[in-house]
Amino acid sequence: MATPAPITTAGPAPSGGWRPARLEQRESRTTTGRTLRFSVPGWPGHLPGQHVDVRLTADDGYQAVRSYSLAAPADGDTVELGVQATTGGEVSPYLAEELPVGARVEMKGPLGGWFVWDGTFDGPLLLAAGGSGVVPLMAILRARRRVRSDAPCTLLYSVRTPDDVWYADELAAAPPFLSVRILHTRQAPPGSARTAGRITSADLDALPAPPGSRCYVCGPTGFVEHTSDLLLAAGHPADLIRTERYG
Amino acid sequence: MTDFSPGFRGRTHAFEGRLPPGQYPTESFPVLSAGPTPHLATDRWTFTVTDGTGGSRSWNWDEMMALPQEHPTVDIHCVTRWSKFDTRWQGVSLDVLLDGVDTTAGFVVAESYDGYTTNLPLADVTGGKAWVAHSFDGFALSPEHGGPARLLVPHLYFWKSAKWVKGVRLTVRNEPGFWEAAGYHDYGDPWREQRTWSD
Repeated sequence: MATPAPITTAGPAPSGGWRPARLEQRESRTTTGRTLRFSVPGWPGHLPGQHVDVRLTADDGYQAVRSYSLAAPADGDTVELGVQATTGGEVSPYLAEELPVGARVEMKGPLGGWFVWDGTFDGPLLLAAGGSGVVPLMAILRARRRVRSDAPCTLLYSVRTPDDVWYADELAAAPPFLSVRILHTRQAPPGSARTAGRITSADLDALPAPPGSRCYVCGPTGFVEHTSDLLLAAGHPADLIRTERYG
Repeated sequence: MTDFSPGFRGRTHAFEGRLPPGQYPTESFPVLSAGPTPHLATDRWTFTVTDGTGGSRSWNWDEMMALPQEHPTVDIHCVTRWSKFDTRWQGVSLDVLLDGVDTTAGFVVAESYDGYTTNLPLADVTGGKAWVAHSFDGFALSPEHGGPARLLVPHLYFWKSAKWVKGVRLTVRNEPGFWEAAGYHDYGDPWREQRTWSD
């Protein structure tokens, strides 16, 4: 394993690192997936792939904290998060549906120094996303787009059905350096050449991911375990595979 | 009274007194690791204690299973904020594995088969506080949770409980491990919310 980049903690952070964050915009990405754009005065910036903690406080003082991935590269005081509402969840349904635009929560971060792309690695990238695991990879893709580089980048994106694709329009208009391959596990679109099912070694063989690609794998545990096993079997070395698992 | 998160009510948690600050209880067993899961065969597995002066002792899998076994039931707390209560493990106490080691070391570095490391004070892995655990809930520990064997140090955040553990190395000086060098807290007490360098 290589040495991770230290977590950046630039700028004085008030009261234990918690900053007020005002919800500016909420956008539906799927039926249950949302991106939330906040303004966070004094935000110190972040690296693509990092996450933040969000803290909610009830009237009786009860507090709940959860982690959410940053969906976009650093942009002044603007912070964009991806939230997948989980049925019966304590925090995600509130953020996805109830928190009013203009209201505030508290935010701490950025957090995480390993599952990041800081631009110093300018070789080819293979990004593998399962479901809402696409969110931190989107931050990497968007940052990658700002950099002048010929290195290829591949996004392998596993979703249950065509309706579960986040960022469909943005991905459809992919820039030349990026190849996007969407795999459907439950229901493929009509006329699809590939039968619905989870990712296989044949799916990996079909990718334009040259040897020496750095791999970022993010999604539910089962997806990450399975995909990183396939990557290892396909000859990608373990020290070039970085993983982030959701519950 | 606060003007944050209007309308948020939250749930009443049934684990008062057992939930460290900033944590929430989970029924599932989430997985957190930085890279792919190694798949290790027990017939090629060894655990090694290195005393810092060149001496070492090792156990293979059968020898580890032949040592006195303990069955701790403990609460565990992950820095990603989930806590899980009454988890049932089986393993060998570090007290057994470190018994008789002659050392002036004050620290240990736990080392894993995938290259992961984490540092702990020696006092935190002795006195019935740490195990090499190989079973969870009555079954062999699965690879994604650190099997065949992981460190179990439940009183500290769970990144200290190194998965796929290969051994412990006693050190005189404190040597920050993988996450500790990446911004996580050096000690990691969940009750004092020691998550990162700034806590």
